Amino acid sequence: MAIWLDANTRVVVQGLTGKEGQFHAAKCREYGTKIVAGVTPGKAGTAVDGVPVFNTVVDAKAATGCTASLIFVPPLGAADAILEAVDAGIELIVCITEGIPARDEVVVSQRLAGSGARLIGPNCPGIISPGKAKLGIMPAHIHREGHVGVVSRSGTLTYEAVDQLTKLGMGQSTCVGIGGDPVPGTSFVDVLEAFNADPQTESVVMIGEIGGSAEEEAAAYVKAHMKKPVVAFIAGQTAPPGRRMGHAGAIISGGKGTAKEKIEALEAAGIRVAATPAEIGITMARALGKA
Amino acid sequence: MKVHEYQAKEILSRFGVRVPRGRVAVTPAEAGAVAADLGGKVVVKAQVHAGGRGKAGGVKLANGADEAVRVAGQILGMKLVSKQTGPEGRIVHKVLVEEALGIARELYLGIVLDRSAELPVLMASKFGGMEIEEVAAEHPEAILKQHFDPCAGLQPFQARKLGFALELSGDTLKKFVKLVTALARAYNESDATLAEINPLLITTDGDVLALDAKMNFDDNAIARHPDIGAMRDLGEEDPLEVEASKYDLNYIKLDGTIACMVNGAGLAMATMDIIKHAGGAPANFLDVGGGASQERVENAFRILLSDPEVKAVLINIFGGIVRCDMIAAGVVAAARKLDVKVPIVVRLEGTNVDEGKRILGESGLALQPADGMADAAAKVVAAAR
Repeated sequence: MAIWLDANTRVVVQGLTGKEGQFHAAKCREYGTKIVAGVTPGKAGTAVDGVPVFNTVVDAKAATGCTASLIFVPPLGAADAILEAVDAGIELIVCITEGIPARDEVVVSQRLAGSGARLIGPNCPGIISPGKAKLGIMPAHIHREGHVGVVSRSGTLTYEAVDQLTKLGMGQSTCVGIGGDPVPGTSFVDVLEAFNADPQTESVVMIGEIGGSAEEEAAAYVKAHMKKPVVAFIAGQTAPPGRRMGHAGAIISGGKGTAKEKIEALEAAGIRVAATPAEIGITMARALGKA
Repeated sequence: MKVHEYQAKEILSRFGVRVPRGRVAVTPAEAGAVAADLGGKVVVKAQVHAGGRGKAGGVKLANGADEAVRVAGQILGMKLVSKQTGPEGRIVHKVLVEEALGIARELYLGIVLDRSAELPVLMASKFGGMEIEEVAAEHPEAILKQHFDPCAGLQPFQARKLGFALELSGDTLKKFVKLVTALARAYNESDATLAEINPLLITTDGDVLALDAKMNFDDNAIARHPDIGAMRDLGEEDPLEVEASKYDLNYIKLDGTIACMVNGAGLAMATMDIIKHAGGAPANFLDVGGGASQERVENAFRILLSDPEVKAVLINIFGGIVRCDMIAAGVVAAARKLDVKVPIVVRLEGTNVDEGKRILGESGLALQPADGMADAAAKVVAAAR
């Protein structure tokens, strides 16, 4: 099963003709993802590695039946690209772009509400259902198909966790990077709900970080509804208050959003929290009685 | 990005927020001249990017130009130490000289992004002059909130609701509504992350003005506002952080002894955490980014080594987009150029890891390889002792 993305998902890449779009679209295809179209305004009629390019997402959808979009558009045009995908009726939108102004993200969030579209990101590595398809920039070779769902606000820290899981023999159902921005399209709770309902997913690794209250909201959901074991790690236990730690959303402001508060909330919900980033895999193995 | 109070007031007044008359000065004589222009009593306020200035002796009243010169002489050049500056304090280079007004009431107004609601929220309270965090802890019921849609903007009825709840009436209420809607427009249209008026002054004759103002801006949107970008005061930032920002590196100086260079913000934070867990203290946060080039790695390395507190370096790279061989080549080039004296522990994983390890091994440099983050942290903490 996996969630949201499978081997049959047909994908348009917005920004396919750019350097990053072209590079990562090729990697996604190598993995088996059905990349069926690209969109770059003004470049209709051309092709990239045999993939036809269209002027608009509507045109791409009419010609190819794509239902998902992968976005590599620069930050000041990225919100527009997301809104174009929503307008065209794309169901799954993955935005990799880092550096989108928060106000644009608020506008996007308002438009997404009730639209039926799901946005993953922005400022994220994307989504991968190992063995089926990947829509993103993560290194595919560290993943194995299996039963652990992974959800994270971080990119490389997710690779770290996935690598540990794979090396300990625990494959993944789907890994979702929800991104490090203050207004993500998809929240921890959204992903946990989907994992809860997914028959392939038997347990979940959740990787949070300082800033905001998404982890606390996830803890409340887990306590009330989650039927599967959840293991977590929170980055930023040593982060100073008031400073943005790389991610636009990773900031302790007004004494709120500390790692300590989040860890306490997660543990109070029965979630095992790994003490260090090196122990994410082994903590899951213990939770499953495998170590 | 942060700006000074006088700059925040300049931006706010463009949108129609009323502020006291006044000007910025960089010498006591200039401050005196501003006070003479204003006439009567003035307030001289230190301009630094930190709160708690009043308690730290950075805000003083002066009766006339001569006293303004004297007071400004005390404040300019002083090392202002407040709760927000930390013990090292900030040197004051500028003062804002403003007319002193008769105070009837002091209120609070602030706008931030409410991340849970995914909307900006305007907060108001009758406890002007108190920090909002303190009010939230002591009188949470006193914080009034109105969320608003950034496309439609804050509506006048929302401002009226707050005004009536704050027991304003008549002309004062009208002035309040005008100021609040102007503040919301300023927040929205300048891509602010914080727009705060604390205190908002109700004068003895019923006027409504921003006595103090603070604005922070979204770094991701500064390109849309070159006028605001030009207000950046590099003197208020750490010199190494300024240097790092030239190369698009996310660097934050901390007070430990173990420098770290990591790709990705989450992994960089987690690396700091595991150093602490192993008994060490990180000297910095540094994310070289997903698309790190060899040149960026070299610059990053140079910047983190120019911190004199650094006793050892940990390089932790999980190659996804960024290739381990490229990172390794950058590290070797930089280490040769910079004649590094401190031990370096390197942990590489991911794309082209074997080639990366080979480059490091054949470099002839004293680099300690590590397997996994726990091993890397233990080795670097031992090396820093």
